[in-house]
Amino acid sequence: MAIAGNILILIGSLFLFLGSLGIFRMPDVYNRLQAGTKATTLGAMSLILGIGFLNNEFLVKSIVLIIFIVLTNPVSSSTIARASHKSGVPLTDKSIIDVCRDDIRKEEV
Amino acid sequence: MKNFKGFIVFLIVVALTWLLLTGTFNKDDLLIGGSALILIAILFYRYSDLYRAVKITPKIVFYYPLYLVVFLIELLKANIDVALRVVNPALPINPGIVAVKTSLKDPLSKLILANSITLTPGTLTVDVKDDTLFIHWIDVKGKDIESATKAISSKFEKILKEIVK
Amino acid sequence: MILTLSFVLIGLAVFFSLLRLLKGPTSFDRLLATDTITLITTALLALMAVSFSRVIYMDVALVYAVIGFAGVVVIARYLEGGL
Repeated sequence: MAIAGNILILIGSLFLFLGSLGIFRMPDVYNRLQAGTKATTLGAMSLILGIGFLNNEFLVKSIVLIIFIVLTNPVSSSTIARASHKSGVPLTDKSIIDVCRDDIRKEEV
Repeated sequence: MKNFKGFIVFLIVVALTWLLLTGTFNKDDLLIGGSALILIAILFYRYSDLYRAVKITPKIVFYYPLYLVVFLIELLKANIDVALRVVNPALPINPGIVAVKTSLKDPLSKLILANSITLTPGTLTVDVKDDTLFIHWIDVKGKDIESATKAISSKFEKILKEIVK
Repeated sequence: MILTLSFVLIGLAVFFSLLRLLKGPTSFDRLLATDTITLITTALLALMAVSFSRVIYMDVALVYAVIGFAGVVVIARYLEGGL
């Protein structure tokens, strides 16, 4: 149990690190959100589950925390994505298609 | 009581949260939790409409765990995918925003679908308008609505139809 | 040993997010960095709970997650223009 907990904690902190590295390296706000949301969500989940395994006193509370993170983290990043898209933050030059932008243009005309 | 079912689901969710947070079955704790539950039920009755979409049939015993398993596998795949992209020095991305149609009607079902899409490989929900979801895709494989729907949301939607309206 | 390594990795994660917070370029990038730092801090508080053996830090982490989520959503709606 303790070994599994330690491994989960190590994997979790590794994913947290990779997520923030992705935030630093990606070219525009949407790709940063991609890296930031997914990697940090799994990182936090795995780390907190590992803590529950390491000390059984914390297990119930860590499960509540995991459920809360899974429910709220996608919502907050979706809200940021929507806000930046509505404010007209451009996609990176590498992008190949933007359906939503065409829609907005049609509505304005 | 036209949305009685939604109200009951709402009460069950709140009660379960309290039990998990306190973690005890003491008489005092249950008493305080019960009075807080009544207060919350009175204050937030008008928002309980949201939970109307939850289906209560014998089938859900099978479909809830199935959804959880599919979701966790997709989450793991998503993370390995993102991690490989981040550590690759060339940063292989091919991004764009595509539209996806959904047949789910209720706000709660659309919320669950949008959240699941956000946490699965390479996709991020940008906006929801009626039955269309706008999705930022880190590696665009199909530009039209049909192929994007097939690649992104059909996997979840099949199971979600059994759980919620 | 493992816990120390985890603390180091989490410190590096906060460092890269702070770099993004300072660099910008848009306010949404800064908001996104703030969101990530909130989540990392939640995980850090949980890690502190186990390394100091204090249950109370788990409650602190839970409350911090709730408040951080509310703050990020409110600021995003404000920047969108329709609070």
